[in-house]
Amino acid sequence: MTPSAVSYYRFAPLNLGRALVWTLFALLLILAPLLFRSSLALTMLSQMGYLVIICLSYNILFGQGGMLSFGHAVYTGMGAFIAIHAMNLATQGSLPVPLVLVPLVGGLGGMFFAVLLGFVTTKKSGTTFAMITLGIGELVASMALMFPGFFGGEGGVTTNRVYGTPFLGLTFGPQLQVYYLIAAYCFVCTALMFAFTGTPLGRILNAVRDNPERVEFIGYNTQRVRYFAFIIAGFFAGVGGGLSAINFEIVNASDSLSGARSGGFLLFTFLGGAGFFFGPIIGAVLLVFASVLLSEFTKAWLLYLGLVFLFMVMFAPGGVASLVMMNLRVVKYGLFKPFWALYAGLVATGALLVVGAAALVEMVYHIQLNSALGPEVAFAGLTLDTSSTGSWLGAAALALVGLGLLEWVRRRFARAWSAAQEQIEAENKRRAVA
Amino acid sequence: MSETKSAMGCALELKALRKSFGKTDIIRGVDLAVQAGERIAIIGPNGAGKSTLFNLISGRLAPSSGEVLLNGQRIDGKKPFEINRLGLSRSFQITNIFPKLSVFENLRCGVLWSLGYRYSFLRFLSKLDDANARTEELIHQVGLDKKRDVLAVNLTYAEQRALEIGVTIAGGANVILLDEPTAGMSKTETSHFIALIKQVTVGKTLLTVEHDMGVVFGLADKIAVVVYGEVIAFDTPAAVRANARVQEAYLGSSVADAQGQGH
Repeated sequence: MTPSAVSYYRFAPLNLGRALVWTLFALLLILAPLLFRSSLALTMLSQMGYLVIICLSYNILFGQGGMLSFGHAVYTGMGAFIAIHAMNLATQGSLPVPLVLVPLVGGLGGMFFAVLLGFVTTKKSGTTFAMITLGIGELVASMALMFPGFFGGEGGVTTNRVYGTPFLGLTFGPQLQVYYLIAAYCFVCTALMFAFTGTPLGRILNAVRDNPERVEFIGYNTQRVRYFAFIIAGFFAGVGGGLSAINFEIVNASDSLSGARSGGFLLFTFLGGAGFFFGPIIGAVLLVFASVLLSEFTKAWLLYLGLVFLFMVMFAPGGVASLVMMNLRVVKYGLFKPFWALYAGLVATGALLVVGAAALVEMVYHIQLNSALGPEVAFAGLTLDTSSTGSWLGAAALALVGLGLLEWVRRRFARAWSAAQEQIEAENKRRAVA
Repeated sequence: MSETKSAMGCALELKALRKSFGKTDIIRGVDLAVQAGERIAIIGPNGAGKSTLFNLISGRLAPSSGEVLLNGQRIDGKKPFEINRLGLSRSFQITNIFPKLSVFENLRCGVLWSLGYRYSFLRFLSKLDDANARTEELIHQVGLDKKRDVLAVNLTYAEQRALEIGVTIAGGANVILLDEPTAGMSKTETSHFIALIKQVTVGKTLLTVEHDMGVVFGLADKIAVVVYGEVIAFDTPAAVRANARVQEAYLGSSVADAQGQGH
């Protein structure tokens, strides 16, 4: 091994671009509650913090290992239950665990169940794996009803996070202090999970995702690779669960262990973009916006969410992260200029369609759920009337016009986009030859 | 001939190897002894069982009966990764690499186990100097220097075949099985590729399944002719060419086939 060969493949000891990104991430976590000061914002930021950990842990399985799990809530939920019992035991004085370490207890809880259940789960890959996670998810959720002592029955288990001596003067009573605890864990866990992607196990996990059979012929036991990755994902899922227990001071099996919860992690990790490390972070932010904000505005939020999911699967299967990266690529080659107008057009015509369609949906929901309140529906500053044909026709017309215009813009966009991609390919070829 | 020789000198030995799927016998009692450092070509008509033979040796399939010995140690029925760790590596007829990883990452994955990094998650790949140096060396060996950071899925077919060979030899196995390495290549690509295979398998024991007779006679020290799950001849190329039974059963028609395919 010659010295010149060493310098050829080694990374620079200090990667400034990477250091900058991590510094910005830390600053964002620190400054966010100072920028958004309302209590709703703080609630949302706290949830985002631990959901980032959970979605990233889910992506170790899904994006990095090709394991489509329908049961990730088992590990977040069990982590949360272990954490909340640890807090209650600590309050009684029978377990000397300060609150700042409770998320780690949750993590060990999640890890323990991943060791236990993951052994069976990771025996197989692909569809079989997905089916087993689904089965185990249902199994654990039904166990919750069989052991009310541990799971607290229908009411769940409650706790009080303010106990013991304050840590550096922090009691963790105020939500802001809890936020900073979550933010600190969020930063460290994100960094650790990013580091994992650069280890031998992390890379072989990618190889197992791409082609498990071939991995068997380069000396690796793919079951082991999946199992170890599953345990690591279980640990971080448990940390996220532990933080959620601290945040809410209650854990309820019918919610925390449910298949719907698991489905949410899958859905938003996908929406954020499983192909990039940072994709699930975007997904976690979207998850909070959808479940906290959108659900405040409309009863039909799950319908909208389903439509968005459908739309993304069809038009941007790489999620938001891939959209960002594809556009950055166009920017990098200096070809983004025509897209400003096209994106503006897409947004404007899309808005027409969305407003029209949403007005229809809201009126249908109103008839089904709130007809006792009279025919008027407040919608986007307007008052719609479910008994007047004008409202229905107006909304339908708006949706149709929006759809037509959107399609017109979309075609122009698609043409411009493929032209830009061809230009980039040609440029790449030219550079490869040079 | 092999029965009289001691098993100790054999890199790979098959004894009365059989494989049947249901009632169909695919491999019907194969005996073969390959000395260390020999280059063996396995030829035979389509469906003769050549690929199945490779699958039995490499652990992809478990034999119905019989023995496979690698350096005198029984490996039949072992898992592929166990066999690989004992020093046998194989390539595939259909390109079988890691499409979403770069050329560099593909080859480094092949290197990791043999250098003892196992399932480590407490070290950074970028700091594994020996693995990285070995990977760079491999990239150079298989002639993909210019494609170092290209995703495998974006390589040309010939480049993917070269990468397949690279991944196969990455772990430093002493017994290499190549399943139709030149399948689907043009004539010029093939001759270039044969030179590559010869170069990267210097000092190793090589078994290759091959259809192209030009390749077979250029590459192999010995030829094993498989017909209907049996080895009907195992000898030097000249002797096999002269073998009346081989000519009758296989060779004449195959030469015509190969020319007919015409690339």
